[in-house]
Amino acid sequence: MNKIKLIIQREYLTRVRKKSFLLTTFLVPLIFIGMYVGVIFLTKKSFDESHSHVYVVDDTKDVMNKLNSSKNVSYLNENQDLQKKIQNLQNEDGKTSILYIPKDFYESESVEFLSNDKPNLAIEAEIRDSLNRIIKDKKYESYGITAEIRRSIKSDVKIKSKEIKENGATTESNTEIAMGISLALSILVYISLFLYGSQVMRGIIEEKNSRIIEVIISSVKPFQLMMGKIVGIGLVGLTQFALWIVVSVILAGVASMTLVSKEELANQMMNNQAQQSQLLSNQGIENSSSTISNESIAEVISLLQTVDFPLIIGCFFIFFLGGYLIYSALFAAVGSAVDSETEASQFTLPITMPLLLTYALSFGVLINNPHGTVATWLSFIPFTSPIAMLVRIPFGVPTWQIVVSAILLILGFIFTTWIAARIYRVGILMYGKKASYKELLKWFRYKS
Amino acid sequence: MLSLRNIVKQYAHHRALDDVSIDIPEGKIFGLLGPNGAGKTSIIRIINQITAPDSGEIYFNNERLSPKHIEQIGYLPEERGLYKKMKVGEQMIYLAQLKGLSKLEAKKRLNYWFEKLDISTWWDKRIEDLSKGMQQKVQFIATVLHEPKLIILDEPFSGFDPLNAQIIQDEILELNKNGATIIYSTHRMETVEELCDNIALINKSKKILDGSVKHIKRLYQNQTYCIDLTATGSLIDHQTPLYQLDELFSNDDYVQIKIKINPEYKLNDVLNFLIPQAEINQVKEIIPTIHDIFIEKVTQTHREVHEQN
Repeated sequence: MNKIKLIIQREYLTRVRKKSFLLTTFLVPLIFIGMYVGVIFLTKKSFDESHSHVYVVDDTKDVMNKLNSSKNVSYLNENQDLQKKIQNLQNEDGKTSILYIPKDFYESESVEFLSNDKPNLAIEAEIRDSLNRIIKDKKYESYGITAEIRRSIKSDVKIKSKEIKENGATTESNTEIAMGISLALSILVYISLFLYGSQVMRGIIEEKNSRIIEVIISSVKPFQLMMGKIVGIGLVGLTQFALWIVVSVILAGVASMTLVSKEELANQMMNNQAQQSQLLSNQGIENSSSTISNESIAEVISLLQTVDFPLIIGCFFIFFLGGYLIYSALFAAVGSAVDSETEASQFTLPITMPLLLTYALSFGVLINNPHGTVATWLSFIPFTSPIAMLVRIPFGVPTWQIVVSAILLILGFIFTTWIAARIYRVGILMYGKKASYKELLKWFRYKS
Repeated sequence: MLSLRNIVKQYAHHRALDDVSIDIPEGKIFGLLGPNGAGKTSIIRIINQITAPDSGEIYFNNERLSPKHIEQIGYLPEERGLYKKMKVGEQMIYLAQLKGLSKLEAKKRLNYWFEKLDISTWWDKRIEDLSKGMQQKVQFIATVLHEPKLIILDEPFSGFDPLNAQIIQDEILELNKNGATIIYSTHRMETVEELCDNIALINKSKKILDGSVKHIKRLYQNQTYCIDLTATGSLIDHQTPLYQLDELFSNDDYVQIKIKINPEYKLNDVLNFLIPQAEINQVKEIIPTIHDIFIEKVTQTHREVHEQN
């Protein structure tokens, strides 16, 4: 037992002390946050860039007054003759264009949009919406429908989905958020199982190639060495995840402290409250777009609060660990059987097939029907459950299923480790022998 | 010290060890000889409990060999290797701890050895930054650091320059003088006579010869002599029932002959025969080297196998 501890210690410390470990620990959260910031920045920038000036040649002499410039489009009244303006336009930059509104606009419901290069779809859509609104208003008016009436017939049905739990209580749920979390978990588990599994394999190939294996094996049992390596690298993985959580929380904290000043925060809070009271008093009244987005943000936050993060994180650690133990044992067997990493690929592909399959399915069947037959079965089979069960968990899985799946996972781990250890003890001492499946089967059958 | 009895090890396609029994006396240097692929490594792996024999027993100090004996055995494999990225000192401590030494004790002994072999400056170097010979030295220390009672050295001199080979040889002899039993496995015979008290010769999975070096050599003495003489009269008549002439070299009246005395006669009989005809300058018995015996035995078994087929 003491020797296993020594092996675990070495495997753990040599990896944690590496510069690459520190680098990934701090870089990965930074990259994620950077990507997040980058996406926001780029979206904002693309909005800025798409801002364009539209010269309106209005033959109706009516529509122009009803067009409101927005942050994307500025409407400029143009009294010049259309042909003349077209000639002028050729000398201007690409962001300028002409909207020609013919006299019979209200009847024909068509306009011409002229620009130097291909028109921006977003701008076109905005112009179309504005014109539609103008026509609609005109028609409402002609039918004698006042703004008052329109306000009162506007409806906005909200569906509050609630799940009935085993104990009969209902909780709010949101499918989109569950989907998002599911996919994130699927990707995270898939990548990390591969990452740490192949680290185990590489470590074993290194020991075999450097021939230190014989020295170590004369001091400890092969099984001790294999388990020590698997556990040591598993702990590296857990450390990495724990550090990522800590670093992300700190970085997010720092970012919100520096980027959002306190006043702004307070302002926002006030706004939210005001809007909420407004919402309560004039329900159904069309609000400005900013109110709507704020409302949806508040909704998302309240929905996020319904997500059971402790359960998800707890299950993540259980199923990641279980999956890691199963797959790293298989990777260990492969590592012991080959002399180089390139030779290993013929074995790693078949053993990781179930993982790959479940990963691919998680974007389709699993996420669309998380409680269907396929998903339920996959979440019980130990080779697929690390991904399948984690995909299902955000949608709510009965506790007994989680427990049964976890138990099966442990049994699966014991089984694969037993097989792997039998191949490993022979494989590590075989040099230069091209391992085939037949050969592996023979090794497996050897008496110790 | 160590006794292997009727060891059989069967692999899928061939029998690596076929009923091999070896006794290794305490405090001796024991040469485990044999050509490549004879089964030496299989024996060593069985002693190290890396693999187990299919049948047969092994006794370590009259006890059945068991995992508790691991700490009393030091093993230097033929294929050397250490963790390349690890620092020398750290790695040595790790290996010593696996052999049951405490960290403190390991450090103390390492300091002693590093000073003795004059490599104290290597402590913080990575293994991959050392030359091959330097790595060998480090690994030799790793083998003996836990002061094992039985040291198994598989081709310990390969990769060393003559100077360092001599240093290692002196260390081996000193360890032996301090009470360690040493198994020295090799297929290079030059050093065997110099170092070994006893040997066992393995060929084709079988032990074909064992015993003390002196005894074996006596066994293989076949009354072959080299005699220098000056002829006093006419040509010497070698047509005699006393011996067979193997070689003859002559330069004027100086003659050197190599003879093999026939079993029913002694050297004295031959001298009596020669003295009247020549002046004897020198008589030297040709004692077969372990090398010769090795070659003879191995080719002999080789022939036997061929004849059987």
